[in-house]
Amino acid sequence: MPDDLLLCLPATIDPSLLLGLSQAGYRLEQIDAEQLDAAPKQLLAALVSARGGLSAGLETCRKIRATAEGTVPILLLVNQVDASSLEHTGEVFDDFAILPTSASELIVRLSKLTFGRGASSKSTLVTYGPLKINTETYQAAIDGRVLDLTYMEYELLSFLASNPTKVFTREALLSRVWGYEYYGGARTVDVHIRRLRAKLGEEHASLIETIRSVGYRLGQPSWAT
Amino acid sequence: MSQNDYVLRTVEERGIGFIQLWFTDVLGTPKAFHITPQELENALEEGMTFDGSAIDGFSRMQEADVLARPDPSTFQVLPYEGTGSEIARVVCDISNLDGSPFEGCPRHTLRRVAGQARSEGYTFFVAPEIEYFYFASADPSMTPKPLDRGGYFDLSVGDPASALRRRSVKMLEEMGIPVEHAQHEDAPSQHEVDLRYTDVLTMADTVMTTRLVLKALASEQGLVASFMPKPLAGVQGSGMHTHCSLWKDESNAFADPEDEAGLSSTARSFMAGLLVHAPEITAITNQWVNSYKRLVPGHEAPVNIGWARSNRSSLVRVPVAKHGRLESTRLEYRAPDSACNPYLTFAMMLAAGLKGIEGNYVLDDELTSTSAVRQRPLPNNLNDAVDLLENSTLARATLGDHVVEWFVKNKRSEWAAYKSEITQFELNRYLPVL
Repeated sequence: MPDDLLLCLPATIDPSLLLGLSQAGYRLEQIDAEQLDAAPKQLLAALVSARGGLSAGLETCRKIRATAEGTVPILLLVNQVDASSLEHTGEVFDDFAILPTSASELIVRLSKLTFGRGASSKSTLVTYGPLKINTETYQAAIDGRVLDLTYMEYELLSFLASNPTKVFTREALLSRVWGYEYYGGARTVDVHIRRLRAKLGEEHASLIETIRSVGYRLGQPSWAT
Repeated sequence: MSQNDYVLRTVEERGIGFIQLWFTDVLGTPKAFHITPQELENALEEGMTFDGSAIDGFSRMQEADVLARPDPSTFQVLPYEGTGSEIARVVCDISNLDGSPFEGCPRHTLRRVAGQARSEGYTFFVAPEIEYFYFASADPSMTPKPLDRGGYFDLSVGDPASALRRRSVKMLEEMGIPVEHAQHEDAPSQHEVDLRYTDVLTMADTVMTTRLVLKALASEQGLVASFMPKPLAGVQGSGMHTHCSLWKDESNAFADPEDEAGLSSTARSFMAGLLVHAPEITAITNQWVNSYKRLVPGHEAPVNIGWARSNRSSLVRVPVAKHGRLESTRLEYRAPDSACNPYLTFAMMLAAGLKGIEGNYVLDDELTSTSAVRQRPLPNNLNDAVDLLENSTLARATLGDHVVEWFVKNKRSEWAAYKSEITQFELNRYLPVL
């Protein structure tokens, strides 16, 4: 899914942060500002590090704004000393985090920034095997049988189906699907997965697989079948 | 996309003809009114005003009108209603016209207690086992007629009641209600459906839904699913044993692998809270005259107040957690019957347990077959239970004065009506000799 893509600049951005983001389910594309013209156009968000200097970082942000994907949310990483200079920078970026930061902080900020964007917002038909989801009409069907889903069941299924064969931790699902309005922690995910499997029916319940001690995924990678 | 958009769009796409707005009165009776899709948008945004004075437990001195506010997260198409155009339901919270929660709404009561637990960092998960009977009819002039002679876990062939139960379980699953297992119970024609745990508010909605689905499918076959606590003398009644656990962050706050019974001090205090306050909450968990016919010795129903790991007549049972699986550590509260109001029952169980934690209650020793200590009893009948409820500060703090006072009045009048009856027992026993 192109709209699941997180653009990370510059290419030298801290790999440990990127590892955490990738584990949380983001697809990453690392580039430098000079390569922006050739960068993918359909983005979930952009992560810009101004560790090398604030003015260069802001310049990168402006370049992103100037491209066709000008509305993409931008998360800026700045050094502590530069934080006070951010006051008059206007709409150049949408949120910022102070370095050193952690992947978990970035995940929270990104999920807030990208709420309602991404996964289900662009293409209208998501298909995986017998499963079909029309994200325009919010309807899902398995083997042609319409599934009567609640809102959260629909959101969870369409998220998993938009990222097939990818394993998500329960925490990642909470932050990506539920956003902030949830309680009950990771058990909430288990409860909803069970409800979804019940609705998929015995024959298709295994479409959503439990990956022991890790999380869940929808569908098996091709080498496993 | 907002939840409301999702609901409205689904109604349009699926050609839903009517939407049932569900709520529950203080006695746990399901209530609903039907609206058309055209009215739904307005109902979701502003709620629907109705006169609450005819609803049990909703009447008030000053203001009769209340507002039903649909909770869009509960929107669900009802597969069993689908004849012609489809019907969906949304569960409602009842509020006052100014938007504040209405004190007589049981769902609001449970939401408030669950919120209190959450403010202390806890989430309460429950999993009830719902027992019920299938009968050929609900005609009160005859003794109910069981459909089979089966017993506990019996595997029978061509048995219409078991086939009906299986169909019902399948329908529950289609509605997103996972069933842990379902089986024939001990008594003839008695069945049990065990639900998978969810958070407590979802589960109270789910219990209401489950009872309706079981009744609706039985009625399609010209049969009756009955949740009456003790419909037949001499065999087991229908309990709603409720498994429960408290979670803090991502771990089970009841589990302690170092402890001999696998229980944390939180679990022990919670259990002590349940045991200490059991008598005063029994009017809620067992709310009918008939409920106390179930709470008699000899039928695996609890009578005395104690806990045990194996003794199935104890009030609280600690099921053995599967080896190494700390997350399945839980307590099973065995008093509630299948005809309770699940919102108020879960609210009182949680409030009693939290009180135990808050007050660091000390748990009595486990009951064993040789326990010499005389156990405190549960109330013997509805009248005694109502007296205890009326004087309970815990019940008043949890349910509010409005609910307690209405409930006490309603139950006193039920008891008075019962007392004025001359039963078959009395005629059999006394007429020939006195």
